[in-house]
Amino acid sequence: MIVANKNKIKDMAENLSDSGPGRSLWKDARMRFMQNKAATLSLFVLLVIVAFSFIGSHFAVWSYERIDWNAVGSAAKVGMPSIETGHYFGTDDLGRDIYSRVIQGTQISLMVGILGATVAVVVGTLYGATSGYLGGRTDQIMMRIVDILMSIPYMFVLILLLVVFGRSIIMLFVGIGLLSWLDMSRIVRGQTLNLKNKEFIEAAQAIGVSDYKIIMRHIVPNLLGIVAVYATLLVPGIILAESFISFLGLGVQEPLTSWGALIKEGSNTIMYDTEWQLLFPLAFFVVSLFCFYFIGDGLRDALDPKGR
Amino acid sequence: MFNYIIKRIGIAIPTLLILIVVTFYLMHAAPGGPFTSERPLPAQVLANIEAKYGLDQPVWRQMINYSWGVVTEFDFGPSYKYHDRTVNEIIAQGFPITLKYGFWSFIVAIGVGIPLGAIAAIRKNTWIDYFAVGVSIGAQVLPNFVMAPLLIIVFTLWLGWLPGGGWHGGDWEYLVMPVIALSTSYMASIARITRSSMLEVLNANYIRTARAKGLPTKTIFFRHVFKPSLLPVISYLGPAFVGLITGSVVIDMIFSTGGMGYFFVNAAFNRDYAVMMGITILVGSLTILFSLIADLLYAWVDPKIRY
Repeated sequence: MIVANKNKIKDMAENLSDSGPGRSLWKDARMRFMQNKAATLSLFVLLVIVAFSFIGSHFAVWSYERIDWNAVGSAAKVGMPSIETGHYFGTDDLGRDIYSRVIQGTQISLMVGILGATVAVVVGTLYGATSGYLGGRTDQIMMRIVDILMSIPYMFVLILLLVVFGRSIIMLFVGIGLLSWLDMSRIVRGQTLNLKNKEFIEAAQAIGVSDYKIIMRHIVPNLLGIVAVYATLLVPGIILAESFISFLGLGVQEPLTSWGALIKEGSNTIMYDTEWQLLFPLAFFVVSLFCFYFIGDGLRDALDPKGR
Repeated sequence: MFNYIIKRIGIAIPTLLILIVVTFYLMHAAPGGPFTSERPLPAQVLANIEAKYGLDQPVWRQMINYSWGVVTEFDFGPSYKYHDRTVNEIIAQGFPITLKYGFWSFIVAIGVGIPLGAIAAIRKNTWIDYFAVGVSIGAQVLPNFVMAPLLIIVFTLWLGWLPGGGWHGGDWEYLVMPVIALSTSYMASIARITRSSMLEVLNANYIRTARAKGLPTKTIFFRHVFKPSLLPVISYLGPAFVGLITGSVVIDMIFSTGGMGYFFVNAAFNRDYAVMMGITILVGSLTILFSLIADLLYAWVDPKIRY
């Protein structure tokens, strides 16, 4: 009986496999992300900005350290953007080339954003996954700590840290990193609570896998989707925080610069008809943040199982 | 409910104490005392000054004195930089200003954000929705320190409608730009949160039931949709409040409004630790108080929270 139907079963199997290979979660997500025009365009624009921040300096006539003595003190008259003088974006009142400074600022702001987000993601994911998986009293205590840290006005504490321990990029990293993993850990904990009761975790427990291994091998990989989404939304948040601090003059120090510092310099001189000092860095800042938010939204739609 | 309140206050008090202790020790970890200057003072003078401010005592003693003064009498001690003023006087000068434009920003953020998000959710995928979403994303990438100079360019330099800064007792024309600059990004966040939570509620089964039994749209909206979709907004009010206070730093710098942020940044540059500490602790306690109120409000609206 069974043998007699063998051919038929074979046919059926072939028909089934005609529908093509199965789609993995990530492939599926990539396809849906590509269908989102705003997100794809943002990704492209962001890649262009990143590429520009690395190769743009080869086209610069003036390095960010060189001063154009003609423009010192008379930026409003001779420092405007022009191809002839080589100041594509104009100069500031100290005769420094805005084009080169914007490139430098872009590198630093993006670096701070991405490194800061990486730190926050790693710490937040491990903390949240551990807390959620272990549960019980440990979870209670770990989450109370997060609650307490969250209700501290972190911008003020960050400024306090920068004043007390001196203004440096390292301190900025530590400060921003210390404070931005909190949201991440809450989100991850919530997800972990969902995962923890799934069969595959139970199976792992049953064959005696250690807690540490379950968290690292089984919980964390399953969190990657939501982590990816919040990481892309975290980068602009950290760039904003860094720019805020730099805007106050407490963040990145000269001769280094960042978007926030450039925006501050530009906005200090808006009264003297030198709008380019504000508008060029501002344009880079706004466009990049826009891109990050659109990519984050696109990723969320692409990875959200509810949207299927 | 009572248990929940007790539990919630039980978190608030240690938080406040931790904040005081941490800021106090941070100050003392700082290299150099408040009176180290380029020309060293004679030893006797320095000793006298330190005795006057109680700095000759051991650190833990100073901390207990300080915390005691803060907790019992709201006394933040004298300023190290302006010798004739106490931190309380400085706060009393700056705080009402911050409170005034902060309050209006809060009102604007809620008053515009919630209706905008609600309309966007009800008219999903129409031009109103796209407009609201566009505005809220746009406002997110234009933080207050970007909004403020742009507003000055447009309204002061180009149009000449509004003064570019100053306070003058808080006349409305000095209030407009700070409030817009401060409230925009919170308005945007509130609109976004309202929109997404309202969309979720609108798709819920009980709304379909309500529609099916023929309730008028208005009743469904105000009776069944409005309240549950405001829950996430309430939980956002705490962070929004912190953001408004933090934003005052920028507002005071750009618009010269002379609020608390001005004194904070000034103190940061002058290393006037007493003022920084006082403002941080004040802002911290307000934050803690506010998130406490927001949480209690949340628990009152949503009984599921009172576990």
